[in-house]
Amino acid sequence: MNEFLPKRSIGEYVPMVDGPEKVSGRAKYTADYIEPETLVGRIYRSPYAHAEILEVDVSAAAALPGVKAIATGADCDKTFGVLPIARSEHPLARDRVRYRGEAVAAVAAVDDATAVQALRLIRLKVRELPAYFTAKAALAPDAIDIHVHKPRNVERDVAFELGSVEQGFAAADLVREASYNCAEVCQNQMEMHAAVAEYDSVRDRMTVHASTQVPYYVHLMLSRILDMEMSRIRVVKPFVGGGFGCRTETLNVELIAALLARKAGGRVRLVVNREETFITHRGRPETDIRLKIGMRRDGRITAVECDCRQRGGAHSGYGIVTILYAGSMLYAIYDLHNVKYTGVRVLTNTPPCGAFRGHGTVDVRFAFESLLDQMAREMGLDPFAVRRANYLNAPTFTDNDLMVNSYGLPDCVDWVEQASGWSARKGKLARGKGLGMACSHYISGASKPVNWTGEPHATIKLKLDFDGSIVLLTGAAEIGQGSSTILVQSVAEVLGLDMSRIRIVTGDSDVVPKDNGSYSSRVTFMVGNAAIDAAENLKRLLKAAAARKLDAQPEDIDCLGEIYRAGNQDKGMTFDEVVTEALKDNGTITVTGNFSTIPESHGGKKYRGAAIGGTMGYSYSAQVVEVSVDDETGMVSVDKVWVAHDCGKALNRLTVEGQVQGSVWMGMGQAMSEETGYHDGLLLTGNMLDYRVPTIQDSPPIDVHIVESNDPHGPFGAKEAGEGSLAAFLPAVTNAIADAIGLRMNDLPVTPDRVFAALEKRQRALAKGKRPSVAVDGAE
Amino acid sequence: MARILTFTLNGRKRIDAVPDNLLLLDHLREQLAMTGTKTGCDGGECGACTVLVDDRPVLSCLTLAANCEGKRVDTVESLASGGRLAAIQRGFHEKLGAQCGYCTPGFIMASEGLLRRNPKPSEAEIREALGSNICRCTGYVKIIEAVQYAAGLRATGAAP
Repeated sequence: MNEFLPKRSIGEYVPMVDGPEKVSGRAKYTADYIEPETLVGRIYRSPYAHAEILEVDVSAAAALPGVKAIATGADCDKTFGVLPIARSEHPLARDRVRYRGEAVAAVAAVDDATAVQALRLIRLKVRELPAYFTAKAALAPDAIDIHVHKPRNVERDVAFELGSVEQGFAAADLVREASYNCAEVCQNQMEMHAAVAEYDSVRDRMTVHASTQVPYYVHLMLSRILDMEMSRIRVVKPFVGGGFGCRTETLNVELIAALLARKAGGRVRLVVNREETFITHRGRPETDIRLKIGMRRDGRITAVECDCRQRGGAHSGYGIVTILYAGSMLYAIYDLHNVKYTGVRVLTNTPPCGAFRGHGTVDVRFAFESLLDQMAREMGLDPFAVRRANYLNAPTFTDNDLMVNSYGLPDCVDWVEQASGWSARKGKLARGKGLGMACSHYISGASKPVNWTGEPHATIKLKLDFDGSIVLLTGAAEIGQGSSTILVQSVAEVLGLDMSRIRIVTGDSDVVPKDNGSYSSRVTFMVGNAAIDAAENLKRLLKAAAARKLDAQPEDIDCLGEIYRAGNQDKGMTFDEVVTEALKDNGTITVTGNFSTIPESHGGKKYRGAAIGGTMGYSYSAQVVEVSVDDETGMVSVDKVWVAHDCGKALNRLTVEGQVQGSVWMGMGQAMSEETGYHDGLLLTGNMLDYRVPTIQDSPPIDVHIVESNDPHGPFGAKEAGEGSLAAFLPAVTNAIADAIGLRMNDLPVTPDRVFAALEKRQRALAKGKRPSVAVDGAE
Repeated sequence: MARILTFTLNGRKRIDAVPDNLLLLDHLREQLAMTGTKTGCDGGECGACTVLVDDRPVLSCLTLAANCEGKRVDTVESLASGGRLAAIQRGFHEKLGAQCGYCTPGFIMASEGLLRRNPKPSEAEIREALGSNICRCTGYVKIIEAVQYAAGLRATGAAP
């Protein structure tokens, strides 16, 4: 009786529920809220990298006809920042400017031309201070402090040793040490930052539309900055054009828009341009890594010593967490003991860094997988064999107390080895071609939220009414990753209904429950579990109603989606009939679903900050990359990528594939071409021509294989899919380059000029008959 | 200075007063509130604002509205007919050529321009035609599949 089968959507290829809006132009992003009587906001930015502010003279600008409000640091003495322990930033600078482009004043005017003219009339008087554009310069003994409460410009230093690296290195057959540098990179999401703020002076209420990943944080920060009760604030998150981490933190854009709107007593639309979006930054910091690994002849790792230095920029942002992740996530991918980590996050006079996809893990993973590859080659071991020699034996806890329950890395590794034809092709490719492999992992949501309130980690609501439609209310921020689709699928699956019965409402604080936001790949795992919980709760009510009507026990009722029946012989009730019955007692039904992480997943206490890295489940990824290197020009082309990703269970195969491809490709940008550049703190790469994002012409085919390790705590077994495959690309491509030309590229990005310089250096060294000083693989 | 601009926008004749220095992009978005066309950069970097002028993809951020005198301008809003998605829209929706969706109108119009002049493009021709559009989400793999799928739908007449 096929018509009685419940509908299934989990595990299928499901186009996104909000796709039709996106392909038709109907999807409205923040900057698309264009209404009459809206003022245009513009920001005046510091031309100095580090200076004491003596005066911000806005009198001439204020006198310009058409200027309705001007805000400066004098309008707000509150600080903001994503971490409660590190709120160092004012929406508009007070006392000091700390990077070129920092917001100093803002104008709301009747039109853009007037606003631009007003900015030209603002006068900033300063006393310049020494400025530091590298971590090394900021750490120099004679450097002045960029923030008075952060001596020596150290945002945070981290040090731990678990086990004994001394004993570990002593037990090794080979010990190698190398240095790596990863340039600063920026998310550069396609939608530029924007906010529309509307102040209702009659009711003293503020409504802000913002391009954010975490509307809840925006709500918190607006309250703090405006000194307004949270109950007077409404935050709306429209469609968001990507985030990749830079919109996890509340940005000054939405705060400045709100300050202007209140001052002007009206509506202000503040859309910053691409250059300003780059300056707002929150990207991945420039990172210097010194890594030492000890390895036995069989490939087993005996000790790891890692030192990591990040150039954090002018404000704290997420910095403390980033430098902690870099250390804690050495673990949870391989079975490591005897690990020593030292890290320092440095304040500099450059735009503030933040959380970028793969937060904290990417650059260290690049170093780690590079050195593994180099050592494998030196010992004559296959790089696959080295990974296999170091697998975790899950379920387990790592030495730093991270809980690993499901572990699909071996399946990932096996698949990419076979799919790429590794054993048949490695070493037999044409001149200039090479194959490289690497692995990576990531968390499925940080187990401890940034703002600990004691509430569940995720809450959703379902509303069921007379019309038989279910409305899913969630604060989870859809930013293009497909979270809304996953949540609709999850509810539909539990109830056995077609997804079309369910409508999702998200992103309006007046309507939806609070959510901790779209970051650290938490939504599928946490909000997905809450969605399952809510749907189960609703199903229980519906079964009870059906049982009443059918004169049966609730546990005897079969829920078949559109039919509820008591046993096979019963013709049962339709879903609509069950709903009518269920509504009889109390009218419209609203149910809640919750999810909380378990204490075992909260990380450890063995060192300060050891909770960072704790999660309910780790995703795993393995990649093989095939390259062609032109040794005349140094050009590297990526010909093909094979990637296997363990996401526990693919709830939506289409979006998992899309997320994995997008991650790999974003890793390619960082590895091959992307890097911010500054001259005396002035951003040189504030556009998409100088900040080189790979085009479709540069981008390879990416074959995705999904590994399903079925995590015991994941929603339907799922873990994260949107970040974990980024990091492996970086070392996989440099390992492939090493295979192709015998040179290890330890500094990113691997631009043609860098490759060319390395080739030339080797050429010169060989011509002189000397041993080349560039690191050359032993086998070559 | 301003002038009277007569042109056909999404199949409808319009007569608008436009300042001489007004960009087509700003005319569409800020004057006409047709926000399907997106601004993604500070000029000519990203392709998000691509529209068709007389069936050819152009960057509306580098085009003066005044230069569209007597021309046909088509934006992403023109494609769905009678509520049905066009082939290229179905491609981007069903094959996940769109994730965040912000670059999507530009990619769709560049692809639509390609399919109008070349109904059966090779993969290389697709890459060539979309070479000046940037997407930050997809890695382009599914964008190529979306365009190929749309070409198939058009060829069989399943969608316009």
